[in-house]
Amino acid sequence: MMQLCEVRDHLACEVFSGEEHLDRTVLYGCASDLMSDVLAFSQTGALLLTGLVTVQTIQTAHIAEIEGIVFVRGKRPDARVVALSRQNGIPLLGTHFSMYEASGILYRHGLASTMECSQSADPLNHA
Amino acid sequence: MEKPYRQSFTIQGKDFCNAGGASTEIKAILKDLGIDPVVVRRVAIATYEAEMNVVMYADRAELALEITPQAIRIHVNDTGPGIPNIDLAMQEGYSTATPEMREMGFGAGMGLPNIKRNSDGLTITSVEGKGTTLDITFHIN
Repeated sequence: MMQLCEVRDHLACEVFSGEEHLDRTVLYGCASDLMSDVLAFSQTGALLLTGLVTVQTIQTAHIAEIEGIVFVRGKRPDARVVALSRQNGIPLLGTHFSMYEASGILYRHGLASTMECSQSADPLNHA
Repeated sequence: MEKPYRQSFTIQGKDFCNAGGASTEIKAILKDLGIDPVVVRRVAIATYEAEMNVVMYADRAELALEITPQAIRIHVNDTGPGIPNIDLAMQEGYSTATPEMREMGFGAGMGLPNIKRNSDGLTITSVEGKGTTLDITFHIN
């Protein structure tokens, strides 16, 4: 698990919304541009890394009980996306790292994958 | 809860901006009623996928929510092209989505399988050229 302020520091993030929620703890990481995969495989309390910057990203996060979103590759949300994230209390962060790099950095710092909970394999042997 | 709680919602096809409105409202209703959070999340996910299917493929739909002490039922009745082959549509990865749908992060052939995965019962009936009906059930206890 990891606090959102740690996510911000590890990925040198800009914070687009939800500054007041950065003490929130996320339990897992989930990286996808496919919202149906997020709905199918994420768990409550996850952080979502995605390159998809649409209102459907925020709607999906709200439905799937995602606690925070990091937009990768320098993508920026428009005003409508930011407003919906505020309405749903979901902090939005942005990083210049790619999805692969951002996922790797957070994984190395101990943020478990949302998929791992049903599998025993752990490439980095996290405790 | 003495009588079943019932509420209806209208979903407009192609209205990508408001897609998710009904499922968000249903999620709030279930939370307010004190339903188990695990069940609330399953209902919200299945309803959202059903709502996205209407927005992406149908002209419009009526979505009916019914809550009894034993179960939650979501009934979606759409007017649209229908599903020619339901068995094929239930296969993960099978899709007839357009690029616009895929840009929204949907249309990867996960919708109906996701609804089935998150529910305790799913019945689909469809007539080509007329529409599709989904009956989704969730047990509360």
